[in-house]
This record gives sequence, structure tokens and C-alpha cells, in this order.
Amino acid sequence: MIHSPLMVLIGRRVAAALATLIFVSLAVFAIAQLMEGDVAEAILGQSATPEALAGLRQAMHLDQPAWRRYLEWAGGVLTGDLGHSLITGLPMREMIGTRLVNSLTLAGLTALVSVPLALALGIMAAVRRGTAFDRAISIATIGIVSVPEFLIATLAVMLFAVTLRWLPALTSTRDVHSIWDLVRVFALPVFSLACFVMAQMVRMTRAAVIDALDTSYCEAARLKGCSPARVVMRHALPNAIGPIANAIALSLSTLLGGVIVVEIIFNYPGIARLMVDAVATRDLPLVQAVAIIFCTAYLILVTTADVVTILANPRLRHR
Amino acid sequence: MIGRRDAIRLIGGGGLSLGLGACGFTPARPEPAGGRLRVAVAVSSTADTMDPARQTVVSDFCRCAMVYDGLTRLDARSRPQFALAEAIESQDSRDWSIRLRRGVRFHDGSPLTAADVVYSLNRHLDPAVGSKARIFAQQFASVRADGPDHVRLVLESANSDLPTILGISQFQIVRDGTRDFRHPVGTGPMRMVEFAPGVRSLAVRWPDYWRRKVRLGEIELFSISDDSARINALLSGDVDLIHAINPRIAHHLEHAGFDLLVTRSGGYTNLIARLDRGPTSHPDFVAGLKLLLDRETMRNAIFRGYATIGNDQPIAPTNPYFDPSVPQRAFDPDRARHHFARAGMIGARLPIVTSAAADKSDDMAVLIQNAGRRAGVRFDIRRVPSDGYWTNSWMKVPLGFGNVNARPTADIIFTQFFASDAPWNESGWKNARFDSLLRAARGETDEARRKSLYGEMQHLVHDQAGIGIPLFLSSLDAHNPRVKGLRPMPQGGLMGFDFAADAWMEGA
Repeated sequence: MIHSPLMVLIGRRVAAALATLIFVSLAVFAIAQLMEGDVAEAILGQSATPEALAGLRQAMHLDQPAWRRYLEWAGGVLTGDLGHSLITGLPMREMIGTRLVNSLTLAGLTALVSVPLALALGIMAAVRRGTAFDRAISIATIGIVSVPEFLIATLAVMLFAVTLRWLPALTSTRDVHSIWDLVRVFALPVFSLACFVMAQMVRMTRAAVIDALDTSYCEAARLKGCSPARVVMRHALPNAIGPIANAIALSLSTLLGGVIVVEIIFNYPGIARLMVDAVATRDLPLVQAVAIIFCTAYLILVTTADVVTILANPRLRHR
Repeated sequence: MIGRRDAIRLIGGGGLSLGLGACGFTPARPEPAGGRLRVAVAVSSTADTMDPARQTVVSDFCRCAMVYDGLTRLDARSRPQFALAEAIESQDSRDWSIRLRRGVRFHDGSPLTAADVVYSLNRHLDPAVGSKARIFAQQFASVRADGPDHVRLVLESANSDLPTILGISQFQIVRDGTRDFRHPVGTGPMRMVEFAPGVRSLAVRWPDYWRRKVRLGEIELFSISDDSARINALLSGDVDLIHAINPRIAHHLEHAGFDLLVTRSGGYTNLIARLDRGPTSHPDFVAGLKLLLDRETMRNAIFRGYATIGNDQPIAPTNPYFDPSVPQRAFDPDRARHHFARAGMIGARLPIVTSAAADKSDDMAVLIQNAGRRAGVRFDIRRVPSDGYWTNSWMKVPLGFGNVNARPTADIIFTQFFASDAPWNESGWKNARFDSLLRAARGETDEARRKSLYGEMQHLVHDQAGIGIPLFLSSLDAHNPRVKGLRPMPQGGLMGFDFAADAWMEGA
């Protein structure tokens, strides 16, 4: 059974997450008002004569005050209607649906590859602290963190797609007809993203496990004659879960909104490109909806990490 | 109780199941008869449209040209040829009678009628449509059906160029009453089967196309906005045809066995000095400024030769109305210094605004800055983002850049950019003589007379407007040598964006 103080703790976390969502939607709307130009100007571009602008603004209800447009939007969201895109006139669900699935697929595959690998590398580096292996891992992670992901992606395309012709240069999920296709199509973007998210996770895991290994109870376990593997898995790792979970959550949270470069290079229709389009065309309802999705994903990850930390730490359960 | 070990498993497994459930595997698509042409352009977004009136960027032009036809189409010398119209006649260039081609069918099987044409032309006047061609449609006094396949179009004032204007892509013909363009229905060579704005579009051959037998089986069109990614996709064989190549890379692509499609166009990036305010309003300053344009270096260094020298007036040498008697302005910083001295500008500092929105204006400004140093004026380059450039900076700063795509007629470019009351009179240049010449040339039916009127207008713009046009730019596309049938058209790259009916794939 889960103790009720625990439920209260988790309930508070969730409530804070919801409050954050409301604040973010307000902030996004307010900041969008500061951007010069609106959707009517974006549609007309160079042809935006004052008369044409006024006509189009009226047709799109842009002549109403900002607070009213926000309230109407917020009211719609509360009743489950995210509204329609101003540019395409399509309902949000249709605009966002497949792209969100695409982004989640890419993020999921990247997590699938990067999390186990990062944990394994981080733990091994911690156990063999000070050896050549540890130093190699440290140098490699610092190196990769310092290289922007567009460079990694472009170099990978030039090597594996242009020169060797092993993999496609573009990531089109329509060409996926088998598991083998899936691996081929996603190999390059997942590789580029995994490099980018893994480095941080490896470093944090290594640091957290080293901290735990330095504690007196691990020393006691070693003196008792535990095997090194047992010391790490049974004694050190469970106590390092909190920081590791947070490091993973923070790294993975960039996989939804922060992968715009990878989406552009591989022509992958994900949600980050949708956000860029929405801002460029001043399509406010779409900006809002996507911002809420980014924020929700971030909160889910961070809140999950918090909950995992709470669950993994008996002391937090009894406060 | 959730144990710590469970928690470890939870972290490890958290990401695994995400998204994977969404991938249902479908059988591979077979290559259609006639082959599949995959085209990558530079720009596409959720603002992509299949509404002909709203088409703005290259991907819109391409998609609309696949699906729709106009009443006329422009040929390789920018002259109008009949398309959905079979005859366009007028006694006075004002009251026009349009006879429609018989037997043309839309992709849904319905026949083309006068009602479709009347609806397609009149909708440009409704501001809610957001038409890009509204300025042209405002010349229409009335458009009415005159029987099932005749349309009578009366203009506000005479304009001999109407057949050319009707060939502007925005005036393509849609079905009467169409408001929703998500599933577009036209008469063009391709039928749209999938249109996902900002993602891709897929069109298949329309077997009953009226103009010719279409050879391509299918066209997939999408954008890759990153230049190097677009070129890599061509090199790796993931796309067959790409638009907008950096001139610097053109040579390497040819070397790697790919074909270039070089289109000399009438489009240009121009220097703009506002004549209605500030230090740039002095005629001597403007005269000096135009002498600072080192056209040859710009052509060779910035565009690697893929450009034609311009002469500070907007009519390109390829245009039938081009007047060779306008003396070519040379690069001459010493004479510029003399003009700047007369304007009292020696030692002055002036900001010059550039942006990626105006193609290569950054590089041009650097050359102007260097030349300015020799002529005694210091230019400070202010680079501003392309987002919002046309609204916030263009035509508002004293010294900046514009970017104009090729226009089909001399009348259109003069009316839009140089008439005293033109909304895009970029330098704020007002000249009564020019305006009366423009009106006279528009209604003039005698070609020789018309040519001399346009000639005088080119002289006026060259001498007086606050516009420096150093070069006419060429558009560069590259394609896999399997793609055949492409040839340059003056309306723009990718065969004037209308390649669907003419291109074919070797061996397909």
C-alpha cells in the first residue's frame, strides 16, 4: 500500500504542474502580443496594403481586443476544444495529431537507445573511476556536448547517406514497411539526438554513482565481502536514483521541442517545426496549443522524476 | 509498495513504449507507371495553400500549377498563349470577350463553364479571401457569364496586357463556389491525392489532361529548408529535383554528375534610398550611391556569374521592351565622391539595413561599404532578421534593400513598383511624366509606339528613382540526370514552377 502522506506529496506536485500550465499559456499569449505583425500580415506578406489588411483582419476576428481572444481560447480549451488554426482553418487535433505521434516516435526511439546505454556507460565509468576507460568516457562526453547537433547530423548524413549510401538522408515514416526499415530510416536522426542527450546523462549518472560509492554504507558492504557488482547494484544504485532520474528527465525533455535542427535536416515532420511555422505565421492558437504540449511533456517528465525520487527514498515518504 | 528495484525498472522502461504503438507497417508503394518525381524546395510551412489566390511561395506555385490552369499561360518569351481560354478579344482593350475551351473537365468530372471562370476571377475582390492579385483584380469593372462558354470582362480603363495578366498564377481557375481548398479540384495535369501543409503533397497523373499527355506518374513535393541538407538529399538519391541552389555549390554538383537548370529571370535584389525624407533625399547623394555599385564584382563574387548586369531600371534585357539606349552605369567611386561632396555628405555616417529576406543583400552591402570608404561616406551595415522584414524595415528605413521576383509584363512592374501612387513605390519617387507615360502605354495597341513609351520610362527610372538595381538574378535548380524535359522559363525557376506536364523520368 502507498502511504497517504505520499499521496499528498504527489498530489501537490501535480497541482503545481497544473498551475504552471496556466501560467505558461498566459505568458505565451502575452509574449506573442509583443511580436510585431499578425497573421493577416503574414498571409498577405508584401501585398499587405492597409485596406487589404483591415478586410482580412475583420474576416479573421483579429480586430477584437487581445484579452477577449485569450478568454475565448481558454474557454474553448476547458471544454476540450483547442480551436482552429488561423492559417489553415483546420482543427488543432488534425494539425497536431500526426506530428505529435511523429515527435513521440522519434523521442521514444531515442530514449530507448540512449537511456540504457547512458546508464550502463555512466555506471561503468563510475566503477572504474580513474582508469583509461573512465577518462575516455569523460573526454568523449565533453567532446560531444561541445559539438552542436546540426554538425553531428550533417556529418552523419554526409558519411552514411551521401558517401556510403547505407542509410537514407531523409526520414520519411511512409517508407517504413518492416522493423528493418524502421531501423534504417531512424538510424541517423536517433544517432544525432542520442549523442546530444546521452552525454549529459552519462556524466550525471557517473557523478551520482560515485557519490553513493563513497558513502560509509558502501564501504561497509565492501568490507563485508560483497562483490563489486553487488555493491553497485544493491547498495549504491538505489540511492543514486533521485539525481539520475532528474538528469534523465531533463535530458529527455529537450526531445520534443528542442530538436528543430534535426527535424529540419532530416525533413521530419515533427512538432518542433510546427511551432516554428506557427510563430512565423503568427498563428496564435497553434502557438498556444503547441506551447501547452511542450510544457505538459516537460512537466510530466519532471514530475515523474520527482515521484520516482520520492518513491525511491524512504526518508521522503515519512516526512 | 513500489520497491526501489521496481523504480529502477520504471526509469529504464519509461521511454520504451512511447510512440512505438503508433507505427503500423504498410506494404511498400510500387513505383507508378511514368515514375515518381520527388521535388524538394526551400520553403514550406503550415501556411502552404492550395487556394490559387493566396499562393505565395515556390511550393505553392508548384502545387497550384500541377492542379490548376489559367485562362492563358505565359510562354518562354513571356507572351500569353491560350490555355483554358480559346480566344480573348477586344476592340478597345477595355471591353473583353473570352471564349472558353470546350471539352475541358475538372478532376471531379464536371465540365469547365463560364460560371467557374466568373467565380474564380471575382473572388479576388473579396478582402476575406486575402488574394495576392487583388491589385490586378481591382481593374475589373465587371466579370459576367455570357452564355455557357463565354465570359465578358470589362476593365475600369483600357489595358492591352489583359491576356498576360490572366496568365498570372493567382488567376488560375477553380470550380464555382469553392471555399475549401483542402481537397483541391482543378483542370491541371496532376490530381492532388494528399496535401499536408508544411509536410508534403502527393499528386498523381490526370490522364485526361487537355493540353498534352502527361508522362510523369506521380510527383511528391516537400521542403528541406536547410541548404546543405537539400543538396545532401539530392546527392544521396533521396530526391530527384531541388530548387534554389547556392551558386557556390553549383560547380560541385555538375562535377558530381547532376544537371543544372539555370533560369535567367527578371528578378532582382535592389538598393533603396528613400527620396522623401532624410539625407538620402538629395539627388546628388542618390546619383553617387548608384555609382558605388560594383556590378561585375557582385556578379562574379556573390553569384559566381549566375546573374546579368542590371542598369538601375527594372526591365531585364530578356524583356521585349528592354531599351538598350539607356547608358550602362559604371562603377566609379571617384565620381561618386564628387556627387557626395555636392550633397555635403563627405565624412557622413549612414546606416544601411540588410536582411536575409532580401536575397544576398548582406554581401552587396559589404561591397557598397568598401566602395563608400573610397568615396568619403561611411556605411554602417545593420543586419535585421528576415522575420517581419517586409513589415518593419522594407520601405521604412532611409537606406535598405528590396527583393522583387520576375513580373510578366513591363506594365505590371512599373505599376506595382514605380507609379507615384504605387503601394510599393520603394523609394517614394514621384514623377508626373512617368505616370502619364504609364497610362498611355497601357492602352496603346501600336507595338512600336508602346516600345518607345516604355523606353522613355526606363530612362526616367534609371536617372531619377532612388533605386539601384545592380543585377538580374538567375535561379538555379539541380536535378538527377534521369529527370528530362525541363527547360528554363522566364517566370522563375523549376520551369516557371510549371514542370508537371513537361517533365518525365528516363527509364520509367
